[in-house]
Amino acid sequence: MSGARTEAAAGNGRMAQLVGWIDERFPLTSLIREHATEYYAARNFNTWYVFGVLAMVVLVIQLVTGIFLTMNYKPSAEDAFASVEYIMRDVQWGWLIRYMHSTGASAFFIVVYLHMFRAMLYGSYKNPRELLWLIGMTIYLALMAEGFFGYLLPWGQMSYWGAQVIVSLFGAVPAIGADLVEWIRGDYFISDITLNRFFAFHVVAVPLVLVMLVVMHIMALHETGSLNPDGIEIKQHKDSRGIPLDGIAFHPYYTAKDLVAIVIFLALFAAVVFFAPEMGGYFLEHANFEPASMLKTPEHIAPVWYFTPFYAILRSVPSKGWGAFLMVAAIVLLFFMPWLDRCRVKSIRYRGWTYKLALGVFAVSFVALGYLGLQPATEKVYVYAARVFSALYFAFFLLMPFYTRAEKTRPVPERVAYHAGK
Amino acid sequence: MSDEADLSRRHFLTVATSVAGGVGVVLAATPFVASFRPSARAQALGGPVQVDISKVDAGAMVRVIWRGQPVWVLRRTPDMMQRLESVPVASLKDPNSDESDQPEYAKNATRAVKTDILVVVGNCTHLGCAPIERFDVAPADLGPDWVGGFFCPCHGSRFDLAGRVMAGSPAPTNLPIPPYRFVGDNLVLIGDDTGASA
Amino acid sequence: MNTTILQPRARRMLLTVVAGLLAAGSAVASGGGALADHANVDVGNVASLQRGARNFVNYCMGCHSAQYVRYNRLAQDLGISEQQLIDNLMFAAQKPTETMTIAMRPADAVRWFGVAPPDLSLIARNRGADYIYNFLRGFYLDPTRPSGVNNLMLPNAAMPHVLAGLQGTHEAVFAEEGESGATHTVFREFRQVTAGQLSPEEYDQFVRDTVAFLAYIGEPMQLERQRLGLMVLAFLLVFGILSYLLKKEIWKDVR
Repeated sequence: MSGARTEAAAGNGRMAQLVGWIDERFPLTSLIREHATEYYAARNFNTWYVFGVLAMVVLVIQLVTGIFLTMNYKPSAEDAFASVEYIMRDVQWGWLIRYMHSTGASAFFIVVYLHMFRAMLYGSYKNPRELLWLIGMTIYLALMAEGFFGYLLPWGQMSYWGAQVIVSLFGAVPAIGADLVEWIRGDYFISDITLNRFFAFHVVAVPLVLVMLVVMHIMALHETGSLNPDGIEIKQHKDSRGIPLDGIAFHPYYTAKDLVAIVIFLALFAAVVFFAPEMGGYFLEHANFEPASMLKTPEHIAPVWYFTPFYAILRSVPSKGWGAFLMVAAIVLLFFMPWLDRCRVKSIRYRGWTYKLALGVFAVSFVALGYLGLQPATEKVYVYAARVFSALYFAFFLLMPFYTRAEKTRPVPERVAYHAGK
Repeated sequence: MSDEADLSRRHFLTVATSVAGGVGVVLAATPFVASFRPSARAQALGGPVQVDISKVDAGAMVRVIWRGQPVWVLRRTPDMMQRLESVPVASLKDPNSDESDQPEYAKNATRAVKTDILVVVGNCTHLGCAPIERFDVAPADLGPDWVGGFFCPCHGSRFDLAGRVMAGSPAPTNLPIPPYRFVGDNLVLIGDDTGASA
Repeated sequence: MNTTILQPRARRMLLTVVAGLLAAGSAVASGGGALADHANVDVGNVASLQRGARNFVNYCMGCHSAQYVRYNRLAQDLGISEQQLIDNLMFAAQKPTETMTIAMRPADAVRWFGVAPPDLSLIARNRGADYIYNFLRGFYLDPTRPSGVNNLMLPNAAMPHVLAGLQGTHEAVFAEEGESGATHTVFREFRQVTAGQLSPEEYDQFVRDTVAFLAYIGEPMQLERQRLGLMVLAFLLVFGILSYLLKKEIWKDVR
């Protein structure tokens, strides 16, 4: 017993020496302290708070699988489609790597949408976290760019015509539209040249930006500290050592909790990858199993599901210019959340019915628009429904300064509510 | 069970979860590592190559490519076989091919399945150059002891008519023999030796 | 409602209607215009896949390739020996490691048929098994077409009815429906004109086997992927329980 203890102490001694050696040259220990063992987060995080770490997990999955796909994918109009099938059939385990990547793309948007909605529920975008929100929104933009560029790469019919439609949208820019579209394509149509540059963006440029933004996002988060479902700043009540009274160390408490969330997420992820990789045509569209052809458009074009809310807004307007403008506006408005919301209370738990109602309407509108964006363009009733939900979507943002100013809020408690063993 | 922290239980669960996580990482890494192995297409392209040697006269040699390597098929003349036998064992680095790369059935005096047919990979075991066939006897440049064989122009390695490396050459081992078998009197299948025995 | 065998002009009108429906994307199998039977294929049924493979190389591969599919992979998954493979399935290839390509060049095909017959490696993932099942059962005589046949599922299909010898030939019976002035033509039934070598039930099974094979080659790893999936989920269950217990234990500190 005592022998074992001495051995362990000696081991610790050598380990401590090594860590000391590193610390003189690189701030290892202080980084671990600052971001894990002495990073204090409120003890009352609920399930909504796992989506940030899940987004990180998906990012890692996408980076690793993406690197391995790049080893066998060929970014040329001639070979792209065949190289994807080569990966699916001839490369050992290639099918698994590809399905992980295609499922990961959708999973990324699912967790990011839930992560963003969490921020809207508990006011995580509010003072002093405006920059955190803006960086996060920029990540979302980069993610949309990544999804868009990546979708062209399999060079199937949906890849081709989806890119055709979205690139054409830039034609709505006044005066320079047509030239801009040509410049983006680098050709007079979506061609090998376009594919090659989209490949460069998808595998190098955007991932670099994404990773840098994610680091900035975490740095900004750890600067202000995480908020919590009560919307209370835990730094306002500290003990004699300067530790927030309502805070617990991120490691081991939240690492242990997040691990459970990660395993549950991975189980759902695996269920899709192994049992429904096409996800009924939503994650991998049926039309994309046909090589790109300039001569015929698929009978029904819908973007991948994560773009459809904005696509529905675009389609609801019978004007190319206004449609494109509103679609961009629908995304840009999200950036202004911190300033549109005039209410001082952060968490929905203590906010008035107006915001609760507005957020509910917004969430329903977003999901409804997503559904409508997947439907064929021929049904009139869908067009009218899309207009109604688009109006509600914009009303949520544009009326926000008014319905949040005089909001009847409930008193916010001083300390967070947490019941152990709950 | 009490609500108090139970250190041994905590220790056990930490170790068990860490081990399970480690196993998970290794399992997850396996497909990625395995994806580096030759794909079905590479395997198809690297499949056996059939060579018809009915047109190869005694003393002549054909070259084929198998798995990106030059493979030589040489039909040795009786005279060549005699010269091969005359090579003093002491002048060879690895006379019995103990250190060299060949299938068991080609680990013999002639390094061949049929004594007169030599099938050998034409890559020098030194640094991978392609040796040149020099079947002439005692040429001026190779000296009076040369009884025919292969000479590597890069660093001067010398091999006899069975691809065995001469002492004094930089090449460490004999030229490798690929797996092969005869599917007919004059048909050699290189890269496939199913059913062949030593 | 009257039931007639349509004259060519009326049939062309019908085809326009059907084409319109298709273009609107209102599903290939929407009531009126086309067949909506289910293929009910089972890619786990090796015997069915073997029959389908035989059908495919004998009847489809004259014109259609499956250029991403390797013969040896087929043999492995379908439980047939290399010799059986070479004797029964490999007519166009030299080596078992080759893919299922055909000799017909696309440019020639365009000259002969107007379009190149598509590669069928991914047709089942692209169109769905039910579509192909109904397509192969949807041919009917139509003297206005160069091939002498038309297809309910794909109006004006360029493909001739290569299976007519097995299925026999049929005429399509259409009916007019709706108010006068706004009538539209709907398909009623097929009427056999000449008998084929197979009974209708045998023909359906023939098509089902072929479609099962197409569904298999669309994603040869599908059965393996499901087997592996169960093991992955089992591992995650164990890992999940351990991590949950660890979290419970560590969170006893927090009160």
